[in-house]
Amino acid sequence: MHPESARLRIKSWICAAVVVAGNVGGNYFLKRGMPAQLPDPLAYITVLFRPQVALGVALLIVWLASRMALLSWADLSYVLPVTSVNYVLVALAGRLLLDERISARRWTGIGLIMAGVALVSAATSPQTFARAEQRAGAAGAGR
Amino acid sequence: MRWVLVGAIVAATTVGEVLQAKGMRRHGEIRDFRPGALGRAIALLARNWMVAASILAMAVSFFAYLALLTVSELSFAVPATAVTYALETLLAKYVLGERVTWLRWAGAGLVIGGVALVSL
Repeated sequence: MHPESARLRIKSWICAAVVVAGNVGGNYFLKRGMPAQLPDPLAYITVLFRPQVALGVALLIVWLASRMALLSWADLSYVLPVTSVNYVLVALAGRLLLDERISARRWTGIGLIMAGVALVSAATSPQTFARAEQRAGAAGAGR
Repeated sequence: MRWVLVGAIVAATTVGEVLQAKGMRRHGEIRDFRPGALGRAIALLARNWMVAASILAMAVSFFAYLALLTVSELSFAVPATAVTYALETLLAKYVLGERVTWLRWAGAGLVIGGVALVSL
């Protein structure tokens, strides 16, 4: 493999792992920290000072920022399937942390998602648009 | 009502993510992850109208999703909004000029099917 494409591939995998961890962790802490009801508008502000809610919001900011960074070099049609590992992790976290049962249908779904992620992340290059733009003679604006 | 919300979510998410991909691509590959450089990148991105518009669209999508969850189950909301994967992959090919090979399509298809099965 060309060193430049190897570099982009490793960088994309690391960044995608941060994207997924930010999303799953953020949603988990938000769910744990949120009270069942927010009685008045002020409660929407004060709830942000609960440690678990604050951690959840911080992790979701990490999720958004790392996803934007990933999109600065990787294809959208690569980022979408590869970062959908979060659906699998949420289902597995439900089983491990909340003792939920996973039905045969959900296991099948988990298998399909993992197959899709493996296919796109291992068998396709994270970036195809640069070459396409060069072919069209329209190099992207300066960095 | 819930199909109106699904339509709003799918439209806002698709427009938002395609704009975000286009805006980030215009900025170029982020290579320096030190805090100072990241701060400068954020300052630049805040003046990138595509990125700003994409954040707005994703906020619309987020609140529409919360509204959808109040009138329907998660097992309806998640698979119904998974349509965005197919739409965005199409737009990635025709608007963003990505090379969506049959392997990518197969991967996207497996993920869409899997998301539907996991959440139904």
